[in-house]
Amino acid sequence: MTLFLSYLINGISLGSVYAIIALGYTMVYGIAKMLNFAHGDVIMVGAYIAFCATQYAGLPAFVAVLLAMLVCTLLGVTIEGLAYKPLRQAPGLAVLITAIGMSYLLQNSALLIWGATPKSFPSVVSLPPVSLFDGRVKVTGETIMTILANIVIMIALTQFTGRTKMGKAMRAVSEDKGAAELMGINVNATISVTFAIGSALAAVAGVLLCSAYPNLMPTTGSMPGIKAFTAAVFGGIGSIPGAMVGGILLGVIEILGKAYISTELGDAIVFAVLIIVLLFKPSGLFGKNVREKV
Amino acid sequence: MKKTLSVMLAIALVLVCGLASADALKIGVIGPMTGPAADYGLACQRGAIIAANEINAAAGETVIELLIEDDEHNAEKSVNAYHTVLDNGAQMIAGTTTTTPCIAVGAEAYSDRVFMLTPSASSTAVTEDKDNVYQVCFTDPAQGTASAQYIKENNLGTKIAVIYNNADAYSTGIYQTFVAEAATQGLEIVATSTFTDDTTDFSVQVTEAQKAGADLVFLPIYYTPASMILQQAKGMDYAPIFFGVDGMDGILSIEGFDQSLAEGVMLLTPFAADATDEMTVNFVTAYNAEFGVTPSQFAADNYDAVYALYNASKNAGIDASTSAEDACEKLIEQFKSLEFTGLTGTMSWNEDGSVTKTPKAVVIKGGVYVSPENL
Repeated sequence: MTLFLSYLINGISLGSVYAIIALGYTMVYGIAKMLNFAHGDVIMVGAYIAFCATQYAGLPAFVAVLLAMLVCTLLGVTIEGLAYKPLRQAPGLAVLITAIGMSYLLQNSALLIWGATPKSFPSVVSLPPVSLFDGRVKVTGETIMTILANIVIMIALTQFTGRTKMGKAMRAVSEDKGAAELMGINVNATISVTFAIGSALAAVAGVLLCSAYPNLMPTTGSMPGIKAFTAAVFGGIGSIPGAMVGGILLGVIEILGKAYISTELGDAIVFAVLIIVLLFKPSGLFGKNVREKV
Repeated sequence: MKKTLSVMLAIALVLVCGLASADALKIGVIGPMTGPAADYGLACQRGAIIAANEINAAAGETVIELLIEDDEHNAEKSVNAYHTVLDNGAQMIAGTTTTTPCIAVGAEAYSDRVFMLTPSASSTAVTEDKDNVYQVCFTDPAQGTASAQYIKENNLGTKIAVIYNNADAYSTGIYQTFVAEAATQGLEIVATSTFTDDTTDFSVQVTEAQKAGADLVFLPIYYTPASMILQQAKGMDYAPIFFGVDGMDGILSIEGFDQSLAEGVMLLTPFAADATDEMTVNFVTAYNAEFGVTPSQFAADNYDAVYALYNASKNAGIDASTSAEDACEKLIEQFKSLEFTGLTGTMSWNEDGSVTKTPKAVVIKGGVYVSPENL
């Protein structure tokens, strides 16, 4: 029983990292209706910025996180302005390919700037670990911090899109870009703000990802990025609570699959579960089933 | 005036050396002195120089001359370097340092019939199907056998867990020989778990080892995943002995790595610079005086290579006039029965060119390698 519990806790801690990345994915997809495959690499840039700020400049952790958020926000808005905005009227496939290209551009730039040698990311979380069940199961400070960050971000995003003027504009753009524009909403500005928020979240995700799993190199963001994308689809892409639930479930499935079936098949099990869920519920767990009208 | 004088002195020196070395044995030393693997090549070069200096000083005349060439850890450049040293009269090669160039040079040396003793190229492909290429270091899979022997002899653990990368030939090869030898040595393996290249979450593997009650975790893997395993084990309050092989070498140089995580980690390595035997102390002192740094295992490996070649040549009656081809056949005969004690242990060689010697290990204390005997 203790063994199962400790696997469960490990799964939740891995899943909470997926969830925080998935929040960024789902936010951008829900509003701009595009898959930003470079999201995982913005995470990696955020982690490198925080690493440099703490290791080279000696800044305190929270300043480093703020700096990473600032740099990633600028990066996200720049990427959107340079690569995605000119393609607004182009078919969805063109934007998707551009996003993949952008992902490789970021990875290779990081390779040039920071080199291929992996760096060990010192944790920015100073919360003490918590022992449960007479110390038989231990929850690390990083896990607690990531889950707290998830909840705060989820509530903040739901409130933001539901209550503020910009949030309403986002929902309008998400529903019908053309009609929103006719009603006087600046679609381009709205999408830019979406990217800014998504990229700031990516910086937070990068710092938390590397605090929990300290191996930092130019490809650090790609696998978690793909898993988080899967989590977002699993939970119903575009749905904010769906991203969080999907992320945590995915982490738990991965760890339990590794523990009870095979450590090598961990990833295969994750994707098999995704396929099964999508067969029965094509829009994901929390997704709205919207029929495309022809 | 000063300049002319120094030029004349230099010419005189060359002449004297040239004359003195007319009947010296010529050994080619090839390795990367520049480029990304320069650390290894420079250490090998320096180890060879110390060995040659000692031998020449003991003989009272120049009996060994080293012909040193840089290969930048590049196979083509290494073959060129090999031809250069042969053109300059090399009769045998103490090299090359790194595996990929060594395979390329080995193929040439095999068809040219030139004897090679590599200090540090550890792949089995280096000696495969070549009767004239020998190694001073353990082969990659032999490290598994050696680790099991070392663990048993020193009673490091009774319940052993293994975590290895089964997407990697190096790691899998060591794992297989380790398991085979552990069975003969009567070591109990209580948990075996695997991972693949992209893995960053090792919680399942570490939990399995912990729940199985393993008091030693064998990690035949590179230092990057090892660093994550150490971090995650600490998060679970799990502190067995972690035992690595040469892939663990480098864990202390990861940028940002918290060195306290590696405290007590052991790794199999042929040489520890702090050992107190007379031979090591003399070598480290001479090396430090000459180059101002502490020698690494590579320096010790090539020091041994030069000595082994010198001893074997003496036994076989090879002198400055022997051709490289004749020397090759005589050395092959010699190495079948040669037993030699060097810095990295007492060695003998197998038919396939691999070495047999007693394994040694170091333990990490306060961010440096220490011999377990010196604790």
